Amino acid sequence: MNVLTPANLRRIGNQRRLVTGLVITVVIALMAIVGPWLAPYGENDIVGKPFTHQGSWLGTDYLGQDVWSRVLDGGGSILLISVLATLLGMVVGIMIGVVAAYIGGWLDEGIMRLNDVALAFPQILLALLVLTAVDQPSWWMIVLLVGISHAPRVARVSRGVALGIVSRDYVTSAEALGESRLRVILAEVLPNMNAPLLAEAGLRLTYSIGMVAGIGFLGFATNPGAADWGQMINENRLALLVQPWGVLAPVIVIGIFTVGTNLMADGIAQLAGRGD
Amino acid sequence: MTDLATSAPDATAATPARPTPAGSAWLKWLARRLGLAVLTLWLCSVLVFFATAALGDPVRAILGKDYATSPERVAALTAQLRLDEPVITRYFQWLGGLFTGNLGESVANGLPVGSLVGDRIVNSAVLVLVSALVMIPVAFGIALVSANFRGKRTDSVIQIIMITAAGLPEFVVGILLVAVFSTTLLHVLPAVTIAGGGAPPWSKPASMILPVLTLVIAVAPYVARIVRSSLLEVLDSDYVELARLKGVPERVVLRKHALLNAIVPGIQVIALQLAWLAGGVVIVEYLFSYPGIGASLVDSVRNSDFPMVQVLAMTIAGVYVVVNLVADVLSILFTPRARTAIAS
Amino acid sequence: MTLTEEDVEAGCTVSGLRVALTGRGLDVVDEINLELRPGEVVGLVGESGSGKTTAGTALLAYARRGAFIERGTVAFEGVDVLALPWEQMREIRGMKIAYVPQDPGAALNPAIRIGRQIVELLELHGIGTAEERLAKARAGLLEVGLPDDDEFLARYPHQLSGGQVQRVALAMAFLPRPKVLVLDEPTTGLDVTTQGMVLQTVGELCRSHRVAALYVTHDLAVVATIADRVAVMYAGRIIELGPRDAMFRHPAHPYTRALLDAIPHLSRARALTGIPGRTPGPGRRPSGCRFNDRCEYVEDRCRDTEPPDVQVGPDHTAKCLRVGEIGSWDINRGNTTDTDPATSRDIILSVEDLRVFYGHKEVVHGVSFDVAKAEVVALVGESGSGKTTISRCVGGLHKQWTGELTFEGRPLGKGSRSRVSEDRKRIQYIFQNPYLSLNPRLTIQQIVSRPMELFGLAKGSQARDRVVELLEAVALGPTVLNLQTNRLSGGERQRVAIARALAAEPDLLVCDEITSALDVSVQGSIVALLENLRKTRQISMLFVTHNLALVRSIAARVQVLNAGELVESGFVVEVLDTPKHEYTKRLLSNSPTVA
Repeated sequence: MNVLTPANLRRIGNQRRLVTGLVITVVIALMAIVGPWLAPYGENDIVGKPFTHQGSWLGTDYLGQDVWSRVLDGGGSILLISVLATLLGMVVGIMIGVVAAYIGGWLDEGIMRLNDVALAFPQILLALLVLTAVDQPSWWMIVLLVGISHAPRVARVSRGVALGIVSRDYVTSAEALGESRLRVILAEVLPNMNAPLLAEAGLRLTYSIGMVAGIGFLGFATNPGAADWGQMINENRLALLVQPWGVLAPVIVIGIFTVGTNLMADGIAQLAGRGD
Repeated sequence: MTDLATSAPDATAATPARPTPAGSAWLKWLARRLGLAVLTLWLCSVLVFFATAALGDPVRAILGKDYATSPERVAALTAQLRLDEPVITRYFQWLGGLFTGNLGESVANGLPVGSLVGDRIVNSAVLVLVSALVMIPVAFGIALVSANFRGKRTDSVIQIIMITAAGLPEFVVGILLVAVFSTTLLHVLPAVTIAGGGAPPWSKPASMILPVLTLVIAVAPYVARIVRSSLLEVLDSDYVELARLKGVPERVVLRKHALLNAIVPGIQVIALQLAWLAGGVVIVEYLFSYPGIGASLVDSVRNSDFPMVQVLAMTIAGVYVVVNLVADVLSILFTPRARTAIAS
Repeated sequence: MTLTEEDVEAGCTVSGLRVALTGRGLDVVDEINLELRPGEVVGLVGESGSGKTTAGTALLAYARRGAFIERGTVAFEGVDVLALPWEQMREIRGMKIAYVPQDPGAALNPAIRIGRQIVELLELHGIGTAEERLAKARAGLLEVGLPDDDEFLARYPHQLSGGQVQRVALAMAFLPRPKVLVLDEPTTGLDVTTQGMVLQTVGELCRSHRVAALYVTHDLAVVATIADRVAVMYAGRIIELGPRDAMFRHPAHPYTRALLDAIPHLSRARALTGIPGRTPGPGRRPSGCRFNDRCEYVEDRCRDTEPPDVQVGPDHTAKCLRVGEIGSWDINRGNTTDTDPATSRDIILSVEDLRVFYGHKEVVHGVSFDVAKAEVVALVGESGSGKTTISRCVGGLHKQWTGELTFEGRPLGKGSRSRVSEDRKRIQYIFQNPYLSLNPRLTIQQIVSRPMELFGLAKGSQARDRVVELLEAVALGPTVLNLQTNRLSGGERQRVAIARALAAEPDLLVCDEITSALDVSVQGSIVALLENLRKTRQISMLFVTHNLALVRSIAARVQVLNAGELVESGFVVEVLDTPKHEYTKRLLSNSPTVA
């Protein structure tokens, strides 16, 4: 997988969108990871009366906790869950899509019909359905739900890309030589799907963040009381008129994060489009 | 060499022909497509039912802390929800109920689901339709402007704005809009849409503006991008180049040759986005307290109100399936090659 | 043909045309001087990268995106077309100076019916009433040999065959009775028979309507059939221009001669040769004479000065400094002998009663033939003849067939996965499109060494050494070892594909139209390479092609296929000189050839 040759790195550097997106994403991710150590107060410390301007520069939230500290603390879980969910969705989706495209025939038809059923569900719906029966979802359950909801979409995209590749002569040539099916998929098909798959991963990450934060926003807390960007929005909604930062701070941070990942994904897609 | 299939004998104009009686193959294709849609809906119902009813313990979820302390309520609820019967039986009972109009009763307040859901479906439909009506011309307009100024500053700026907007989750957009127009920056628009007294939310149109705007901003960028790129693809195509080389004026080229061929991908994307809107309303309605199925769904999920959740979920899935079906049919109608391929 | 003053007036004269890339100042074509006279066809010949299409479309004041017409004049009816304001130029395009495009399928709007598209121009310029236009459309269709009934007019482009689409495009171009016509390789991708018909139509229409035509093509054989005068382009310049017969009998420029050396003839076998190096794109062209880095007669002064047009005969010029010094050229230079039918044959592959299916449809109906050791057998036919299908069955790429394939006495399995490793190794398949048959993510070394690893022939550094040997055998240096395919040209990639096939040490190479996607000079060098390999390594080849002339120069025996049937089989010299079957005779008469 020779994506990172010097020539490629130069090309990547020339892409304003990709670089900008990458920078933004990394900055916010760092903030989420390192934040807890930089927070002036603990995530549950009461620093003043609720919805006032005491505490650090962003004021206090619905319980009197420091908004800025909670913002610094609240990204870790979202980041982790989103990345894991994206990985899960990509791996499962790619497996399904590539195998369907490669094997073809009835298997392909069958898999794609089932996939269409799964696609008939808005992504958030699946999560909500399961949450009906579960009071307080654990974090890995969210990972599973969001990841599985990505899989049909990723499967459809990867099947589309793989279809274009499996019929190419170099794949046929490998089969004529007698290469094992697994090796053909791993060595001939997948490496030539790098760029579109990376772009799709970036896109999925964007949606993951939106969904995970959205689930928290709707009030389904994995860890009520803990600092979490999505949950914070819900917790502080009432005071939007009076003390907006309890809501706006997490909203803005989430917004910047998704803009970053989306720019990154788009930059990769541009690169892929112009490259091969 | 391609097959020399014949098309419908309509030698008049360049407008797409209506399906004729001679195309009974058309009907066969339609029937097959409908069958597929029905199959999909059925599989969705399976998924909806088993996702809600088979995972976790419904009784425990509804009663919460009371589960351990009041066994009589546990027994009563179990009987009411018929949880002692096997899952498959319950599924078919539920499915049968859907067909006969017996949608079950809400666990939260005992009222029949149908009566609770009817108005809300209408409200959501209005929201989605209004959003779509605003979105389509906006997206197409942006795409046309962008394609016209391709490569220049205007195009780049539009692109950047579109990409930025496309990545934002709906609630981010919604809250930012609320902050700007309602609570923090300006105070011109209401932040919620409750009209009071059960009146429909559009009786106070000002309160619809922000929810519609949120949905439009969430959906338009993607549509604009797809339409723009298919316009550009067509404008670069060989037959458009030939039209120019024949001396056809640019606007005729755009109108006659390019637009027609760029519409099909546009339709597919619009359909996809409309279907997406069916799910996207969930968060937006919750945010603006809009009395539609989305907000209702969130409440029902929170209350573990299974019958409500199941019906609402099926409604949303149903909209998805129907809209995709319509999109497929429309795009076939607009693509002569596919039409005649079916007829041959 | 005698020229009158009116003729020159009525035609079109290009002077000093230069088209450059926007923003970089590099020229795509330069110093283009051409005269087009009414009723005469000028063939503009060049390989890929020569700039012929750019020069052709410049007559319509058109340059593709990323290029612009920097200077020059196109004199037509007393005005300079290139200096006209935009609106006036648009009036002329299509009506007075018309264009017929290359790709039949992509050139017509798939969403508009044919009847409407043909009359589009007349409609736009408000010529005649609707009925009159329709009548003209019908007459136009008849003229190109197509039906003029309502049913046909109501069709969409995808409901026509490739040849029909191209003839519709011709009818569309001739309808407004233009004075000048630029045709851009309009027969590429068409079958030989269809091509013959289209060429004939073009010739007739041009002469009967006194149109001055410019026929842009890469195919010298086509030019020999249709053109009155020929202009040869290389790297953006017209390097030779003259009457057709003079060009083919007494070519003056080394490049023209090299091209003619690379072209196979139908009437006699030739030892084809190529031109070393590759065509330089804009910005990479050498100083001085643009051909100097590939020319066998190069001297120092060729690198310093750009040669002017030198007169070599009446109406015949060439851009070469050494024109008088390099001797004459004889068309019989490259002649060799056909394979003697009396040679003994040691059969290694035998095909018996092969029937091939796609799903339920039988596409090959009981074909039988054989291939001997160190022999090249050609499978020739038009598209749909089954030649590629048969080759894929032999190569193990297609599984649905019945009959017997016997290789060295052992039956071959259907499909490569059901064959023993030995058989997979000894029969190697080479694909048509060199841009798609090599994995773009791998280096050349990885690509060529893989078969060695797979069949246990060599590993590690030993494999690497063998790869270097193979690359030398296909005339590629070891510098390409660590490159990826995107740095190589089409011809170079095809050589890598051949090297990969050789890496398995095969006894039989199945070559599926491996030169069809390549320029004629590149084809020449590949054919020379294959002939060398055949002699030194005693490899047999099953060579699939649609080009009968190529068959003569490469194969010993030929199998002629038509719609899945084997209509004629035998030694090349017998089948091509004395064909017995109707179809073979028709194919031969329709094949354009230089000689």
